[in-house]
This record gives sequence, structure tokens and C-alpha cells, in this order.
Amino acid sequence: MAAPFPVSCARRIQKELTALHAEPVPGVTLKSGPDTLADKSTDINMIIKGAEGTIYNGEEFNLRFRMNERYPFESPEVVFQPPNIPLHPHIYSNGHICLSILGNDWSPALTISAVCLSIVSMLSSCKEKKRPPDDQFYIRTASMNPKATRWMYHDDNV
Amino acid sequence: METRKLFWASNVSKNRHRSQSHWTRSTVSALRVPVFPTLSSIQIDSGNSSTELRMDSEDDMAYEDEYDNQEDDGDDSNPFPPNQSLNKARADENDHIDVDEDDLDDSQNTADASSLACPRICTPDSGDYDVLSTEQVCQYMNDFVKDISNILQLPATTTRLLLSHFNWDKECLMERFYEDEEKLFKDARVIRPTAGDRQGSSSKSECNICYQTLKGSEFKGADCGHRFCSVCWRSYLTSKIMDENVTDKIECPAHNCRILVDDGLVMEMVGTQAAVRRKYQHGITNSFVISHRIMRWCPGVDCLFAIRLRISPDWVCVTCSQCQLVCCFLCGDQWHDPATCLVLKRWKKKCADDSETSNWISANTKECPTCHATIEKDGGCNHVVCKNSACKSEFCWICLGPWQPHGSSWFKCNRYTEDDAKAARDNQEKSRYALQRYLFYFNRYMNHQQSLRLETKLNNSIRIKMEELQQHNMSWIEVQFLKKAVDVLQQCRQTLMFTYVFAFYLQKNNQQDIFEDNQHDLELATETLSGFLERDITGQNVAEIKTKVQDKAAYCELRRNALVKHVHEGYEKDWWEFSL
Ligand SMILES: [Zn+2]
Ligand SMILES: [Zn+2]
Ligand SMILES: [Zn+2]
Ligand SMILES: [Zn+2]
Ligand SMILES: [Zn+2]
Ligand SMILES: [Zn+2]
Repeated sequence: MAAPFPVSCARRIQKELTALHAEPVPGVTLKSGPDTLADKSTDINMIIKGAEGTIYNGEEFNLRFRMNERYPFESPEVVFQPPNIPLHPHIYSNGHICLSILGNDWSPALTISAVCLSIVSMLSSCKEKKRPPDDQFYIRTASMNPKATRWMYHDDNV
Repeated sequence: METRKLFWASNVSKNRHRSQSHWTRSTVSALRVPVFPTLSSIQIDSGNSSTELRMDSEDDMAYEDEYDNQEDDGDDSNPFPPNQSLNKARADENDHIDVDEDDLDDSQNTADASSLACPRICTPDSGDYDVLSTEQVCQYMNDFVKDISNILQLPATTTRLLLSHFNWDKECLMERFYEDEEKLFKDARVIRPTAGDRQGSSSKSECNICYQTLKGSEFKGADCGHRFCSVCWRSYLTSKIMDENVTDKIECPAHNCRILVDDGLVMEMVGTQAAVRRKYQHGITNSFVISHRIMRWCPGVDCLFAIRLRISPDWVCVTCSQCQLVCCFLCGDQWHDPATCLVLKRWKKKCADDSETSNWISANTKECPTCHATIEKDGGCNHVVCKNSACKSEFCWICLGPWQPHGSSWFKCNRYTEDDAKAARDNQEKSRYALQRYLFYFNRYMNHQQSLRLETKLNNSIRIKMEELQQHNMSWIEVQFLKKAVDVLQQCRQTLMFTYVFAFYLQKNNQQDIFEDNQHDLELATETLSGFLERDITGQNVAEIKTKVQDKAAYCELRRNALVKHVHEGYEKDWWEFSL
């Protein structure tokens, strides 16, 4: 028997989704939102299209947001979903993303849209397709949930 | 909506170190003669942080009372209100401590090097230190804050954050305050309080967290100008305190705003939730004790008392008057004379490395080259940032060099050169011998440690013997020699245990020969005494045994003192050189 989402949390997610519809982040499409917010956690799936002029041009990636009932005071769990995980020095082959605003630097004033923007800009500024140097080690040892990892953030300028 | 979008677009992808982008110099220095909000000093009074000793309901009442009484000392415009004679007395006391702190600055600098003054053993009645309850710690902290807040003419809440930024080093704070006030506030992530209230405009607006449109009066904010509704503030602070265990430095909830939330706002928002308030106050008190150089929690298991030194925090042995634990004030470990804290730390690290987990440890943890905190690697690239919030230095995991020269080619660290590799191979030869040597010292160290662990067993058997003897016509007084002998035995074992740590790192010289002779004598005498005590003492041979035991115990004590004195003399005269 799952505890229902707190009203305030559900309302905020609803409003965010409405805003996302009204003002979509360029290159990002909302694929599926939550059918109901009565569960312990809720998934929102996005499609990110590699922008023209970037090394990901023409590619499509699935990004999954998973919020629990403590959202937005707790950060959402954000991972790329197979089959296509972007080859990027801050993205592990299991879809986990090394991005400070998803961890230490999360703020309840951030939004789904802000996170998407940040990920899009991370992809767009990338010059070389490669995995993080410790990818193999990480994917063997990491838990399913990227939030269980205590991240040391990569250089943000890459 | 529109403005929010623009704001994110320009900030989200930015480097996380870019922080105080939305408060400006003009806000900081706007007003110099502020009228402080009356809430300013309610937060950390000992009354309501006395915590678990009280029942919840009482606790809440106490809080309410205190809240109401605020008017009494809320007159911040006069830095020395007439009713402060009590505090003045305390301030004098603090000044006394400070004199010692000054002395220490010199010795502290030298103590970092290997030349150490010899340890000082402080007894509970020496007046060299106090043992404070949590309430007394709070009281001391409040007085400490009040004192500085009067001098700087800042609200207590602001002063608390500034002091915390300087690890409660008030000289350092004041120096910086008079040097460059603006920079100080900026570095400490605190907004200089301004006159005027914190209430926003009366027009309706939308809260950036819950997206509800509310009246202006519903909004609360830190001095950085970011405002959120009370409900969101409460959830945010509760989440930080209860789930993330952040108490000392809670940042403003706005993205990229690093301004710290002061105690006044925290208490205003969560002060009525007993559990949250208690945890918050605990956290503050804890950070006070941890970062204040003259304080430390008693390391005793379940002991909630703190030790406050009245002498300089050098290598000092203190005994907790509450739980009787004897510990080293400097490192908080059990008293480890004659080995220094650094020597002991290295030793323990070495012992840990040598365990089964050694591979994992060497692969996954390293010491921060700046602050020596142990860092665990758990994902991410080789560009690591020290988690110690006071340090935060950035370095390369592979070579431990500073990060900066690595630039953008962060995965191609070439600092580990061929020469290093060759040296590493040569070292393998030596390591065989080194391992033998290590095991020699380790076994002896462990032997004494093991024996000490059997302490309770020995104590019990001795107690039984003492009872037996009393049935053989000996008085209670007459059998006390056994208890005394056991105490001596345990002291000798403890000293011996640490002599092996000391000796392991000690370099050869004439004084080291003398030390080893002393160690040998003590070891021999201690084992003999141990043998006497373990042996069956019966009514028949008791008179004979008593003399033997007393003589041997006296001899052990003599030898122990001689050894310790010799080592201390060496510290004073700089005889000892360690290969660490
Ligand atoms: Zn709100
Ligand atoms: Zn702010
Ligand atoms: Zn204690
Ligand atoms: Zn120590
Ligand atoms: Zn460090
Ligand atoms: Zn390097």
C-alpha cells in the first residue's frame, strides 16, 4: 500500500509539466509523464535530440526522471535509459550522469526544465565522444541508483 | 515565469564554484548602523538546547519562555546594557583563556614540526581544564558569541556564522573584520545585516519552490534577497537538518546562492518542531566543540561531556571527570605516551593497511595532500576535490599533485614517470626486510594490547583472590596491595604497547640504545609481575607472595617512570628522530 504523494509535491510536479508543455526546452520532448501521482515514486521520460552542429547530431536519447515524495527538497534521480547512452566523459555507460546539480548542488528552486537545460548544454559543449576514464570500474561497483554514489564531480568545463 | 527561465538559462550550466552572483557589493556595505531584528539572539541559548535530558513538553515550554523573554537582552543598539555584569565576569574568564591561546600560537607552529614539547599530564583537580556538560557547552558558546557580538556590534546570529567560519578563532575573526570587512562577509557567505525588516512587499507573488501564489507577507527570506513561502522554508530546513544532517552551514535554497541561513530564521521556521530544533542545536554545539581548538568531546563511549582546556592545546593528557577515561587532548585517542600523536596516527594507518582490506584501501583512499584528511574515491574522474569543507583543495588522484597544471587533459596524468616506476621496483627489495621488522614491532604491540583487553578477566580473578585472602584472616586494607599491583601492571602494559610504536619509527642513535635498554628492563619486570598475579595465590604462601608482589610492582613503577622520563627528556632535548 503505497503512500500517496503529498499534495504540494504532486501540485508542483503537475505545474512543472504544464510549464514544460508551454515552454519546452529546445531539443527536449516530454515522452511520458506520470499517469497518477499516487505511487511512492513517479517517472517522467524525456527524449533528448542531439542538436545540429554538435557531435550528437541526429542521435536520440531517453532520459528518465524519477521523483520521490520528498521532491523538490530531495533531488530527482536522473539517468539515461538504454539502448542509446550518450558517449560523453561525464556519462557512464549505465546511464548515470556526473553532474553536480543532481547531487550536492541540488536546490529545491531548480526544476526538471533546468536539469534538462543543463544536460543539453553539457552534451552540446562536448568535443569528443568518450566514456569517463573509470567507466568500467564504476559500472561494476555502482548501485542502480546514481544517488547512492558519493560523487566527486568532474571538471565542469569539459 | 519568464524571468525564472532566463535566470536558469544563464546559471544552470555554469561551474558550481561560481556562486554569489546575485548579491552585490552595494548590498553588503549598505548600512553601517543597523537596527537588528529582535529575534537575533534567541537561537542557541542553553535553555532550549539542553536537549535530551528534558521531556519534550517541558522543552517546548522552556523554548516559549525564552522566546518571550527575548526583550530583556534584545536591546542590541547598546552594546553594553547595564544588566550584563554577569556576562562581564564570564568575559574576564574567557580573557584568561585567551592569554593561553596566545602563548599557544607559537608552540602550535612548532608542534607541527617534529620537535615536540614533552607531554603534560593534567589531573582533574589541576585546574588545567574543565569538563562541561552539553548545557554548559551551550552556555559557554552563547557567552562566547555574545562577547564578540558586542565588540563587533553585530547580531548574535551573524556573529555565530562568522565565528564558525573562522573555526571559533576570535582573534582571527576580529583581525579580518577590521582589515577588510566586506571581503570577510563575502568569504564567510554571510550578508551584513541591514536595518529594516525582512518582510517583502505586500503584493502577491509566486513561491519559487511550491509555485503557489501567495501574499507578500507569507514570504520569508535570508538577507540575500531570495524569498520563499514559510511552508517551503520549513520543508527545506527540515529536510536539510533531518535527512541530510546539515546543521552548521545551511545554504539559501536558491540555486547557486551560497549565502548561509542564520539561526534566527531557522528557529523562526522550525523552532516549534522539537525534534528538528533539538537536532539543529546539537549540530551547532557539536561543530562548536569540534572546531574550537581548546575543546573536544570526551571520547568515552556514551560520555556526553566535553573537555575545555585552560592551557594551550598541546600534547596534553586529560582525564574525564565524568567517565574517568584518560585520553590525549590533541588527538582524542587513548593516552599514548611515549608515542606522539603523529607517530600513533601513522602506526594505526599502517596497521589498517596491513589488514585484509589493504588492497582496497590503497586503491580507494588517499590522504588529501593539503589537509591530510582521508579521501575515498568512489566514482568520478581523477580530478578530485577534498570533501573536508574547510579544505576543498583540488588535486589529481593519480599523482596527488595540485589539479591546476593538469588543465583540460585531466585523464592523461603523466606525472608518474619511468623514474618513479623504477624506484618502486627497487623498493620491493627493501620491503621484504621492512615487513619482517614491522611484524616484530607489531607482534609486541598486539601482545600488550591483547593483554590489556583481558583486563576485566584479570580484575575479576584478582577480586576473587582478594575475597579469598580476606577469609584467611587478612583485612580489607591488607589485601589492597593486589589491586594496586594490577593497576601498575596495566599502566606498564599500556606504556609498553606504545613504546613499540615509538620504537618502530625511531632512528638509531645512542639515546635510542638507552631507550631500548629501558624498554627491555620494563618488559621483563612487567612479565614477572604478570606471572605473580596470574599465579595461584593461596592462604599458605600469602605473606611471602605479598612481599614479592609489592616489591615487583614498585620496581615496575620505577622502571616505567624512568623510561617515560627518558623519552620526555629526549623530546625536550631533541634527541629523537623519526622516519615517518
Ligand atoms: Zn512555497
Ligand atoms: Zn539566497
Ligand atoms: Zn567522559
Ligand atoms: Zn594524541
Ligand atoms: Zn583536504
Ligand atoms: Zn596527475
